Formats: sequence, C-alpha cells, structure tokens
Amino acid sequence: MVIQKGEQPQRSRLAVAGARSATESVFGAGSRADRIGNVLFRALLLLGMGFALLGMMAIIVWSFVDGMPRLDMNLITEGPSSITPETAGYRTAILGSLYVIGGVILFIVPVGVGAAIYLEEYADHTRWWNRLIEVNIQNLAAVPSIVFGILGLAFIVRGPLDLGFVAAAGSLTLSLLVLPTVILASREAIRAVPSSTRLGSLGLGATHWQTIWHHVLPGALPGIITGVILSVSRAIGEAAPLLLVGAVTFVMFDPSFFEGQFSVLPVQIYNYAGRPQEEFRVLASAGVILMLAVLLVMNSFAIWLRNHYENKNAR
Amino acid sequence: MPDNGEHVAERTAPGGVDTASPEETPVFSLRDVSVSYGDHLALAGVNMDVNAREVTAFIGPSGCGKSTLLRSLNRMNDLITGARVRGELLYKGADLYAPSVDAVQVRKRIGMVFQKPNPFPKSIYDNVAFGPRTVGMKGDMDGIVEKALRGAALWDEVSDRLRDNAYSLSGGQQQRLCIARAIAVEPDVILMDEPCSALDPVSTVRVEDLMAELKERYSIVIVTHNMHQAARVAERTAFFSVQVDDAGNRIGRLIEAGETGTIFTKPTDKRTEDYISGRVG
Ligand SMILES: Nc1ncnc2c1ncn2[C@@H]1O[C@H](COP(=O)(O)OP(=O)(O)O)[C@@H](O)[C@H]1O
Ligand SMILES: [Mg+2]
Repeated sequence: MVIQKGEQPQRSRLAVAGARSATESVFGAGSRADRIGNVLFRALLLLGMGFALLGMMAIIVWSFVDGMPRLDMNLITEGPSSITPETAGYRTAILGSLYVIGGVILFIVPVGVGAAIYLEEYADHTRWWNRLIEVNIQNLAAVPSIVFGILGLAFIVRGPLDLGFVAAAGSLTLSLLVLPTVILASREAIRAVPSSTRLGSLGLGATHWQTIWHHVLPGALPGIITGVILSVSRAIGEAAPLLLVGAVTFVMFDPSFFEGQFSVLPVQIYNYAGRPQEEFRVLASAGVILMLAVLLVMNSFAIWLRNHYENKNAR
Repeated sequence: MPDNGEHVAERTAPGGVDTASPEETPVFSLRDVSVSYGDHLALAGVNMDVNAREVTAFIGPSGCGKSTLLRSLNRMNDLITGARVRGELLYKGADLYAPSVDAVQVRKRIGMVFQKPNPFPKSIYDNVAFGPRTVGMKGDMDGIVEKALRGAALWDEVSDRLRDNAYSLSGGQQQRLCIARAIAVEPDVILMDEPCSALDPVSTVRVEDLMAELKERYSIVIVTHNMHQAARVAERTAFFSVQVDDAGNRIGRLIEAGETGTIFTKPTDKRTEDYISGRVG
C-alpha cells in the first residue's frame, strides 16, 4: 500500500500514533524501569516481525514443495476439470483474471488520476464539499474488501447498472476497491512536483492545463505508476468481493468481458484447495506459486521504477 | 490582451522602427499601487514608471516587497491565494488588471526569470522549445531554439549537446538557459528576481553582460539585493524600504526612484543614503 505520511486512513493513523507515542516514551523517559520496558517492547516487535516472516516463508516453501510436480505447461494452457486433476489447469481463471485486471487498469488510471488532478490542482480546499471528498477517500481506503463486494452486488451486478454476474462487474467492483489508493498515491506524486517547475511554466505564459499536462503529470508519472501497480497487485489477489459479484469456481469456456461466467486465479485456487483428492491440492499449490510469481514480478517492477526515477531525479 | 497589444505596437514602433527615446510610452506606469496578502498589507502607495529598453533595478532590504511588486507586473501574484493588487498598474497605457485581461496572455509578453535556476527536467532543447510550442509560435523550431540560446549567450557552450538533460549544466548555465527559455517566446519585458543570487561570481558577470545586451531589445526589471549589481547594470533604480506603522505592521514603501547615478551619488532621501552607504540593511 502506498499510503503516505499524513495521508493514512483512520486505522493506520491509529497505528502510527500508537507507534509514535511508543517511540516518544522511549526518548522521553530515563528511568531504569522504562529502559527495561523498552527492551521488552523491542523484543516483542522483533518477535512479531519474525512470526510474519516465518509465516510467509512457510507458505512459499510449502507451496513449492507441494506444487512442484505440477509446474508444467498444462497449468497455464488447460482449463479446470473435476475428472482429470493431473492435467487440469488455470486457463480460464488466468484469462478471467486478465480481463478483470485489464478492466481495473482501464478504469482506475483515468478516474484515479483525474480525481487526483482535480483535488490537487483545482479543488478549493476551503469548500466543505471538497474537504468531505478528501476525508471520504481516506476512509474508503480502509474499508474491508467484502463491503465493496456487497456494494458491487447491489449496484453493479443488480440495481442501476445491472451488468449481471460478468467479468465487467468484477472489474468495476475491484476498481472501486483500489481507487482510493490510486487517488492517494497520485495526489502525493502530484504534490511532490516542485512549485518552481510550475512557476517556470506559468511564467512563460503556459496555461494551467498546459502546465499540468507538460510538467506536472510527467513529473508525477513514476509515483502514479507505482501506485497503480501496487493497487493492481492487490486487486489480483482479491477473492472475497469477486465471489459476491459472481466469480464462479468452475468455468469450462474461455470468458469474455461482458457476458458469460468468469473466474479468477485466487477463486480457482480456493476451489481446488477445497477438494479432497491429493491431485487437486497439488494443483492448488502450483496455482499459489503462479500467483506469487506474478505478484513478485509486479511489485519488483514497481520498486525498480521508483528507485530508477529517484536516482534519476536525485541531484 | 491581444487587442491592446496591437494598438500599442502601432503607437510605439511605427513601421517596425525602434524608437528607444525617453519620450516613448513607459512600459509600466504605477499609480498608487499596493499589494496585500490576505489581511497583511505588504506594499503600499507605489508610484513610478518603468522605461522601455532599459534595465530598471529594485533594491532595498529584504521583506520590503521587491519580489511582491515584481510578481504583480506579470500577474504571477494571481497564483498566490489571498494576494491582491490595488491601484492602477498600466502596461503600455493599458490596465493590466482590467477584467478583460487574461493573465496567461500577460505572461506571454512579460516573462520571468527566478532566483533559483529552475529548468524543466527535460533536454536543453525542450526547455527552450516549450514556450514557443505552447504559445503556438510557427516556423522552424530548431531556428527558434538556436536564436534564443544565442540570445542568452549559451549557444556556443551547448550547441553540441542540445539533447542532454538541462540539469547536466552548471548553475550559471542553467540560469542562462532560463533566460533563453524566457526570450524564446519573444516577450516585451523580462522580469528577473535576484537572478544571480544563487550563482558564483564568474557566472554573475556573464549574466550581467547578458543583461546589457538584452536591453537593446527588451525592457528588463531586475530585483537585486546587491547594490553594486544595480549600479553596474541598471539605468534606473528604485529603492524600497520597510516602514513600521503605529500598529506595528511592516509595510513596504517606495522611497525614491530615478537615474541610477543620481540614486547612488546624491539621493534625496536620508533612508536611501543610509542604505547605499551601508549604514543599514
Ligand atoms: N506568498 C506570500 N504570502 C504571504 N505573504 C507574502 C508572500 N510573499 C511575500 N509575502 C510578504 O510580503 C512582504 C514582502 O515580501 P517580498 O516581496 O518577498 O520581499 P522582498 O522580495 O523585498 O524580500 C513580506 O512581509 C512577506 O512576508
Ligand atoms: Mg525577494
């Protein structure tokens, strides 16, 4: 998540405040009892981090050991099957994920960046409605994903949009889920463009929009892309809200965007993992590896991009 | 303000002949100009003229409103929330703050160079070409870029690396690039806010030499905290100072303006004399 300093949604703000006061108590107090308290506290934190790392390692190792036999081409090229688990794969789920994620990108980039531009460049922050929008975006970033699933079911699958249980509905639902993050990250990136650049452009007789288009957005692009990639990698892993908007666990035919059943990788994994036969468990583990690989590549790319531009801009 | 512009052009340059005589309409006429930021009155009661094709220097202690006044000459103050300009501010006889005047059009004709060099993080070429492109100048862009770089005495140093990032230049070169960028759109006036304060002495000399060349074609207003610089480059100098009123507000005032020589050798006001002779500020 790319929620920056001063921009945390309610929950992380609490965590931040707690952590800060813990630190302050470390520096503020000098008594012996306090120092022992500090050491204990640090040990506790390290222990917590150790558990988290250990858990992650366990999942990775376990998936690899378990799923290794099924890391073959069938994993990608074959659809699901309940009869021949030895050759079944994730074809339709991968395609479904591609459709859903493709739709998410098409939706969140223009809408998220547009909203960020409006809030940073045009909105008058003394107006109550703009402040309301800002506070709401920050809060939305902290709403559990299942709530967005219910929203999607009520308003996108049924209700006003009435798209039905299709990939497009999944796309829109996930878009709403990650949109706040994209907006927050894009705003931060836009704000980081130095005012001297803006003034230089405006001082030459460029309009506000020309300044945004030629200087602000190019300067903010790496930050925006980082935010989008991290948001998308979150969307790829989401299963719960998609189950509500109709991602089914067993799709025989290649999906399409606006009609027909669809599935996605995490939902398919969930389905395979729940079956009693050993072969399906192996298949589920192989699917986990597949998803981890995709996420790892995307996150590494996001980090690389950020470092690349940070180094380039460092002067 | 295209309509005003044309009619001004007819009046000041008949047949395209430069008439840089002192009788020419002043580029700026200020009558009782004051600027405030919110409730804070930063500068009050400024009356002065700025002549065409001369360098005019604003000097005075910091906080006396030099930058504030400079920014109001091309409506950069519009970008600061709460900033407000009162009084009459004429550009070649036309009210700069008339409701029909578009601030963007004003800035095309009255360019600005800032204290800290602020090239765009793009190539040298694109830095210069940006202005002409956005204002929609037609013609040979390579030629326009070369002309501007020559005009800023930078061409010989960068002609073989126009595609390099502007930040590969030294500070002094960056500032001259910013000047090239400003003259590329062929403005009437160039405003410079302490353009040499971030530069080393050698670069400073180059920029000062450049100003002497540029005033053949442009009217220049420069803010400087360096009195020697004002004495070296400016035909006319305006001295500002801070006055503290009864309520304790610090308000910038124009103390006196005139020929640079006069201001420096026989100022009429005691405060100018004190400042020039280094007794204050
Ligand atoms: N952007 C601004 N917002 C509010 N007040 C400002 C701003 N810029 C300048 N001022 C105020 O206006 C006064 C004059 O400042 P300035 O024009 O920068 O002086 P100088 O350039 O002569 O040092 C100062 O009191 C300063 O605090
Ligand atoms: Mg200043």
